[in-house]
Amino acid sequence: MDSFFGVGLFMVDLGYMLSVVLFILGMKWMSHPSTARKGNFTTALGMGIAVVSTLLSAGMKNYVSGGTGNYVWIVSGLLLGSLLGLRLSSRVKMTEMPQMVSLLNGFGGAAAMLIVLAEVFGKGNGGQLFDPGSFDVIRGGENTGRAERMSAIFYHILLLLNLVAGAISFTGSVVAMGKLQGFVTGGSVRWPMQRFTNNGLLLMMLLGIVVFFQAGDGQMAVALLLCAAALLFGVLFVLPIGGADMPVVISLLNSITGLTSALTGFLYDNQAMVMGGVLVGASGLLLTILMCKAMNRSLGAVLLGVFQSGGESSGERTIDTTIRELSLHDAAVLMAYARRVAIIPGYGLAVAQAQHTVHELELQLEGRGVEVTYGIHPVAGRMPGHMNVLLAESDVAYEKLLEMERINPEFPKVDVVLVIGANDVVNPAAERDPGSPIYGMPILQVDRAAAVLVVKRSMSAGYAGIENELFYDPKTRMLFGDAKSVLQKLNLAIKEV
Amino acid sequence: MDTFFQLFDQNKEILYILILSVFLGIEVIGKVPQVLHTPLMSGSNALSGVVILGCLLLLGQTTSDDISVLILGWLALVLATINVVGGFAVTNRMLEMFKSKKKDNG
Repeated sequence: MDSFFGVGLFMVDLGYMLSVVLFILGMKWMSHPSTARKGNFTTALGMGIAVVSTLLSAGMKNYVSGGTGNYVWIVSGLLLGSLLGLRLSSRVKMTEMPQMVSLLNGFGGAAAMLIVLAEVFGKGNGGQLFDPGSFDVIRGGENTGRAERMSAIFYHILLLLNLVAGAISFTGSVVAMGKLQGFVTGGSVRWPMQRFTNNGLLLMMLLGIVVFFQAGDGQMAVALLLCAAALLFGVLFVLPIGGADMPVVISLLNSITGLTSALTGFLYDNQAMVMGGVLVGASGLLLTILMCKAMNRSLGAVLLGVFQSGGESSGERTIDTTIRELSLHDAAVLMAYARRVAIIPGYGLAVAQAQHTVHELELQLEGRGVEVTYGIHPVAGRMPGHMNVLLAESDVAYEKLLEMERINPEFPKVDVVLVIGANDVVNPAAERDPGSPIYGMPILQVDRAAAVLVVKRSMSAGYAGIENELFYDPKTRMLFGDAKSVLQKLNLAIKEV
Repeated sequence: MDTFFQLFDQNKEILYILILSVFLGIEVIGKVPQVLHTPLMSGSNALSGVVILGCLLLLGQTTSDDISVLILGWLALVLATINVVGGFAVTNRMLEMFKSKKKDNG
């Protein structure tokens, strides 16, 4: 039996090693367009192998011999989760992907939080979790046959950090999702002494971890309070951040969830969890920084919600506020006889689900010999790459999507720029008005083109809540309406030209 | 201070793993083109659901009469599974679009 046990453990470790290799290869492949799909399957396969290895691991053995044990719980949980996961993922619209990722990420954080809570309730010995007299605890559980001793102080610090990080990731992700979905206001929510309350809460949580070790019988209570404080902090930390910055926040929260997975891995002495978690934590942080760079802002400024508070002088500027509308027919003629047209998609395109209609427009214009390209701003939409995913759905060719650095020098040679539901990413104030809250953010310099057409629902400000003088530019013409219906009418009008 | 040194000594290997995997995580996605940012974020989000293993270990190690732990662990397992399965499925849906487009271009 003992040798069987040894072989079993060996197989489990081998499984974990294999899955770690698959995680790394999967992530690597996922960052190249031609191998991305294979990469996703590979990572998923790695996860599958890790789950099976865990199910076979020694931790489960006494329940195999001793009847059904907890397998009923395990199997039902896996089945229900898979069912719900598949259902959610098959129903979500492409435009709602960012919210979906945020929600899923929140679930991951909640899972980590619940694991710690379960440990707290399970080991709570009359309210006391940590025995100052004992130096070591046994991590990895008593039944694994591979229990390893670990410093009790270290173990409990990790436990509490995991609790806090999981809870922040959970409520933070839910609020971020709410901001994108619209059930939490997209604007920046502020309250008196905001920075003081947030920093104070953070400090209190750190103190709570210290207090925990002195709390004796009250340790369980301290842990629960810590959890409540972290849940609250998750909400308060995302609320002041404007909706336009949600991609950065989601990416950061994703990184934090990775961290909790790694911490959980430490607690259970499970290297697959540690490696997978750290991989996500590090790459998530890099992605967050890349996104901030694209907006020419520091991560700190994003997190403090500085975006909205800087714009005091922009209101004072006197600009010519004449809006020039254009009839659909005139717009159709303008585009049909242009040599080069650049389309700038924004969130309005996603909301209106106009990705197919815009592709039709592109094909029509190309049929007339017009050269059509798309200019993609790194933060157009609600997530980096949001526009690319959307346009890929309607079969727009890969090479037609030009990144900001590539299309900006081309604008002087472009006859007509068609801005569809984008606002802040084409706002010249980012380059001209030092008082503007978005000053310094790189933009698509559409005002260097010969003519600009803007499809927009109304004159309301963009997500950052600021005026856009591009709309008052003498060479700009507005086409008001829902992006999809405007483009459909434009398609008809071009046919008639 | 002695405690600290002891801690450090006990966890040396894991610290090395940590350092290496941080660099690995950065290197592995370092050159990702902007088109893949959303799918990659979604994919790595699915991977962060690896905490599912913790849920399994927790449930596997709990005695069968410890109902409060079982319920919490079960809830954690359901949520983590949604994160993993939903995450990979959503990522695949996004990437499928890239594939179909590629075929068209020959």
